Amino acid sequence: MRIQVERNPAPVWFRALIPLMSILLTFLLTSGFVLAYGANPLQAAYYFLMDPLSNPVRLIEVLVKTTPLLLTGIAVAFAFSGGYWNIGVEGQLYMGATAATAIGLQMHNTPAWLALPLVILGGILAGMAWATLPALMKVWLKIDEVVTTLLLNYVAIFFVSAILNGPWRDPISQWPQSPEIAASAVFPRLIPRSRLHLGFILALLVVLGVWFVLSRTSFGLKMKAVGFNIEAARFSGINVERTLLMVALISGGIAGLAGASEVAGIHFHLIDAISPGYGYTGIIIATLGALNPIGVSLAAVFIGLIDTGAQTVSRALGVPIYLGDVLQATLLLVTLGMLLLQSYRISLRRQVGAPAE
Amino acid sequence: MDSILSMTFLVGLIAATLRVATPLVYATLGEVFTERAGILNLGIEGIMFLGAFVGFAAAYKANEAGLAGYLWIGLFSAILAGIMMGLLMGFFSVTLGVNQHVAGLGITLLCTGLSLLGFRIVFGERSVLPSIDPFAELSPFKGVPVLGDIASQYLLTYIAFLIVVPLSWWLLFRTSFGLNVRSVGENPEAVDAAGLNVFRIRYLVLALGGGLMATGGAFLSLAQLGAFTPGIIAGRGWVCIALVIFARWHPVRAALGALLFGGVFALQLRLQTLGFKLPFEIFLALPYLVTIAALALASRHISYPGAYLKPYRRE
Repeated sequence: MRIQVERNPAPVWFRALIPLMSILLTFLLTSGFVLAYGANPLQAAYYFLMDPLSNPVRLIEVLVKTTPLLLTGIAVAFAFSGGYWNIGVEGQLYMGATAATAIGLQMHNTPAWLALPLVILGGILAGMAWATLPALMKVWLKIDEVVTTLLLNYVAIFFVSAILNGPWRDPISQWPQSPEIAASAVFPRLIPRSRLHLGFILALLVVLGVWFVLSRTSFGLKMKAVGFNIEAARFSGINVERTLLMVALISGGIAGLAGASEVAGIHFHLIDAISPGYGYTGIIIATLGALNPIGVSLAAVFIGLIDTGAQTVSRALGVPIYLGDVLQATLLLVTLGMLLLQSYRISLRRQVGAPAE
Repeated sequence: MDSILSMTFLVGLIAATLRVATPLVYATLGEVFTERAGILNLGIEGIMFLGAFVGFAAAYKANEAGLAGYLWIGLFSAILAGIMMGLLMGFFSVTLGVNQHVAGLGITLLCTGLSLLGFRIVFGERSVLPSIDPFAELSPFKGVPVLGDIASQYLLTYIAFLIVVPLSWWLLFRTSFGLNVRSVGENPEAVDAAGLNVFRIRYLVLALGGGLMATGGAFLSLAQLGAFTPGIIAGRGWVCIALVIFARWHPVRAALGALLFGGVFALQLRLQTLGFKLPFEIFLALPYLVTIAALALASRHISYPGAYLKPYRRE
């Protein structure tokens, strides 16, 4: 009987099929909207999934879209792995973007080798700082972090809007956007004449780092223990409060980096639409990737693909761009359900194990 | 002169507080019910948004068709949509028993996407925001000083405070249904052992909660605005989640919490117009910060329902 308890859950080939089945089911479920517009769902699927890959320029654009998603996705996945429900990635991203802009504006006489690390560090620290209050409230007062992180997202966005309409309002155009950051603070391009920038490399490094921490360090083991069962972790001598605090701050730091990367890599100034909800999309990506860094990377590319494709679908078929949002949300829910199939064997195992008692 | 000014200021503030608190009362009570049964429904923000959209779209179409009760058609359509989403949340959290945080956020994202897509499908791209004649305010004490102005409210506000709040209290604490709901949230195994259907009770409560949340959203589009805008809910659902904790899962305290938030919100709107030299965004952020502070102050007394976030599976 013990041997059966040790057995792996679903076989690997089956687990690999789960995302594919989820994607298929999602496209089936949302095809009604495409039909309502008198368009062909298969054609929509082609525009969503294949068209962005059809030439190198568009492929690079998918990676540009993927960059912030990799960071927010891994920020969420890291927090969730440690049992900390950081839904505040959106706000932490905004604060990271704000700090990066503030530093970038002062870098006019600073060489790039100094300016770039300062901008990156500023973004990370600001994200961490914004994540601190909910984390402390969680650890000290036992207040659910879901609520506080969510509410602080709105505060962060109001804050950005306040400085863009106030001290940072562009003096020339009068638009609510900051002046441009110094050229030395702009992330270098990875490929000339494209928008792919240093942030993409940073995102990959962060994913690699998270993978290392989660699977190769004792801290990773501890945080996963806390995420799995907080009481059991406490009982086994883990400092649960300290672990949660660390997880929250690291997750916030990664979110802040996402903000810095969008400012220094894409926009070069702060705007109030610096993120079209990347923080919330991060939750979708983390779930699709089953909180696993490799899975999260694939999921981020996939969502980047859909984001790019949504514009093509909208242009070519006349279906509103919001179809992309519906598609992503449906995919999240479908995957959430389908992931149960992954542990199907576990429940079977229990039934086999029970009579042995 | 000053005293007259401050009196009108105060009366206006109280009246506005009741108006702002109304959608929060509906949605917070909806969440009180689901959490009492052990289910955190983070779909609340999206369900309010969907309620606002469906309510408006149905009312608009009914009005176009020349139906007199178009606002009520809108309201009932919104409630229906809310119930459907509550049941969908039930499918994930009760039947499948997946993570409630992620399922709820998924419902919110889905409802948000569906509403925005739906708005485009129904109304296309317009340069002028479509609008309808909203619910009129009732003025039962017209002409009476002070009371006349304060009591000049929408019917839905009267229903919220005078019917839904006491009814929810009675339902939760004075009926066997309420006892079952609370037991399911504390100890589902015992409820199951007593021969009651845990799954059915949770589904029922999620449907009820979804209907209430959608009513809160529909109040904004059908009474307060007479229109639907992408920023119509703007985090009110998350405020409700905080109010539920602040209220310690009690309907009457939930109404008080909604009034507190409503008061701060109404006050900041008035402070903005008084000409302080502060950016208006600071005032907009104030209600959210006060909500967080209120949570911190109330935290000492909080104890979650026993089976909170725990899916129930018959072994």
